[in-house]
Amino acid sequence: MNKWVPRNLLTRNETLVAGVIMLFCIAATLSDPLFFSITTLSDLLRASIVIGILAIGAMLVLVSGGIDVSFTAIAVFAMYSSTVFALAVWPDMPWPLIFLISIVIGALLGAINGLFIAFFGLPTLIVTLGTLSVFRGFLLTFIGSQRISALPSEMRDFSRGVIARGTTEAGSFYSFPWALAALVVVIVLTWFILHKTMLGRSIYAIGGSAESARRLGINVKGTQFFVYVYVGVLAGLAGIIHGSMGRMADPFSLVGLELSVIAAVVLGGARLIGGYGTLTGTLLGVALIVIVQNSLIVVGIPTTWQSVTIGLLILIGTGVPAYRTKRAAARSG
Amino acid sequence: MLDPRIAAAAGVMVIFQDFSLFPNLSVYENIAFATQLSAHKRLYDRDKARNIAREALDRIGVTIDLDVRVESLPVAHKQLVAICRALASEARLIIMDEPTTALTEKEVRRLLGIIRRLKEDGVAVIFVSHKLAEVLEVSEKVVVLRNGKKVAEGPASEFDTQSLAYHMTGREMPETPPSVVTAGARTLMRVDNLAKEGSFADISFELKAGEVLGITGLLGSGRTSLAKALFGLVAPDHGSIQIDGRDVATGDPIAASHAGIGYVPEDRLTEGLFLSQSIARNVAIGRLDHHSGRGGFLNASGMIAEAAGWLERLKVKAPDIDAAVQSLSGGNQQRVVLARWLSRAPRVLILNGPSVGVDVGSKADIHGIIRDLSREGIGIIVISDDLPELLATCHGILVMRDGRVTDEVTGGSVTEEELAHRLAS
Repeated sequence: MNKWVPRNLLTRNETLVAGVIMLFCIAATLSDPLFFSITTLSDLLRASIVIGILAIGAMLVLVSGGIDVSFTAIAVFAMYSSTVFALAVWPDMPWPLIFLISIVIGALLGAINGLFIAFFGLPTLIVTLGTLSVFRGFLLTFIGSQRISALPSEMRDFSRGVIARGTTEAGSFYSFPWALAALVVVIVLTWFILHKTMLGRSIYAIGGSAESARRLGINVKGTQFFVYVYVGVLAGLAGIIHGSMGRMADPFSLVGLELSVIAAVVLGGARLIGGYGTLTGTLLGVALIVIVQNSLIVVGIPTTWQSVTIGLLILIGTGVPAYRTKRAAARSG
Repeated sequence: MLDPRIAAAAGVMVIFQDFSLFPNLSVYENIAFATQLSAHKRLYDRDKARNIAREALDRIGVTIDLDVRVESLPVAHKQLVAICRALASEARLIIMDEPTTALTEKEVRRLLGIIRRLKEDGVAVIFVSHKLAEVLEVSEKVVVLRNGKKVAEGPASEFDTQSLAYHMTGREMPETPPSVVTAGARTLMRVDNLAKEGSFADISFELKAGEVLGITGLLGSGRTSLAKALFGLVAPDHGSIQIDGRDVATGDPIAASHAGIGYVPEDRLTEGLFLSQSIARNVAIGRLDHHSGRGGFLNASGMIAEAAGWLERLKVKAPDIDAAVQSLSGGNQQRVVLARWLSRAPRVLILNGPSVGVDVGSKADIHGIIRDLSREGIGIIVISDDLPELLATCHGILVMRDGRVTDEVTGGSVTEEELAHRLAS
């Protein structure tokens, strides 16, 4: 068999999710021909950047056998405090430097998670539930709880940078921001780590069986620590992009989004028990969630039905493959 | 300090009882992981991993699809993958911890063949097992441990199964075959024409009071589904089961247990026990209704007293009755499962692999318990692929192949070799 065509193509979560996305797009185009346009594409892509970067981090944690719910708090903490810092010391600070500061703050906060999880061996959900509250509370108490709309000038410049922009014949405006490049870089970097380094393979191995990994001599603690730091880095990046693109540093934003992000990852085929998860699946999951959140209204479903739809998608999207696996196991046993 | 990487670098690899594989990764990656890890490379080379895996598989002369995930492999193949992993990292000493527990007779043959091949290759093997015949067949030298102490050591030719069993347990244990079923014993259980599409067909037999009936067959012969069907865990397509002349609803374990059938599952860890709960609770759950006192509250002292009685009768070695079942050895866990069913005073007891994963001493004890119970008039069905066990405990043995009973053997009339031959032919 061709090594580029996975043999289980038809039974994979990815295929299922891609099918649902296609069905949705067809339905949306039928009810509103304008849906099928470059404007919609640019809107959806724009909305996918932050969720996409966060989801890739969440996927990595799921693959390693853990779960992280604190990444939104890390993202908003890193974004807000780096903005405050830039405004205080150097309002004209170049945006790469602001981004770097946000990423470093994210990494440090991720390292706190990693410390508790890898070196004290505490359960990942408990630790990250705790740090979610602590990071958020610390931010609002000590750094600030005011929305800042007068961002450092370079951040505003960043959000104006576009790869391409234009107006369609129908007269609607579209643009592809440079922030998309950040998502692409994150995808490529994560792909490289997961598939081309022993570190990445170790993450899968630990998710498959931490005990086996230990017995084989894999550095389980170091690998786990890396995962949480990496998630922190991605959260720091996603946070500052979110702030720049929204042209506002809002300390109350993002938190609350974590479950939607995890839902996207799970829809893409990652399993909560660890060891399973792909970039393709994650991105498809993100696409589906973003489409549901932004375009459900086009097919005539009220926005209040959004969460019901997402919930049903999760139940069906993860239930069908799980049921099939169970049936297959029952047949062979 | 010694850690797994240092041991691997010195050429020592352990194959654990559970194989320690990564179920989510492919066969080739599982085989090559340790090798690539000890090479201290940072980058992962997929093609190289495949080559490493292919070479290792060639070395033991087996073919397994390199790209499938290990979780979808049968147990015997998982073990081969574990062996290949050890070989791929240039192991010069492979320690195998109870490698044959989960294998069928035929797969054991193949494994022993592979071990011989490794020996010729200059790889030393430490074969940790309580299966005495296998130990004697494959080893040059035997060391016997008992309670953490070395009690005997010498060339394998100086031992036989009897002397090994003696050293392991410290007592002589000749296995006496069962006494004859009392003539004119009543028929307890009658199975007529039981069939399930794709599993078994045309199963009919009778079980008399005090009779021990063995059912054997290779993996895939339908013996496990039949065992489950007898207790209602698998719903047969047609056929009937009668206890004392009365029909028992098929496919309904609760009806089966009310009719007086007890079932000790093959995998007691996942199907038979509440591992983190106490021994007393594990026994009492068998008939909680009996223990419920005034106002529906459980009578704790009654529960404990009853469990204690059974533990004494079945000679369970446990620190105390409140100890979690997972802290017990395999043999003692099996006795706890037995105690649960015996407390319900069953008419028919189905034992699926009664001595899987228990040591020789406990095994002989369990066989003794089976004999005692049959003397009390309980009908017992032993499902097993352990032929000496069947020969030591059963009055009659049904041999299954491809879902049908192909042979019926009277206990004591055949030797182990003969039975093995009938099983596989």
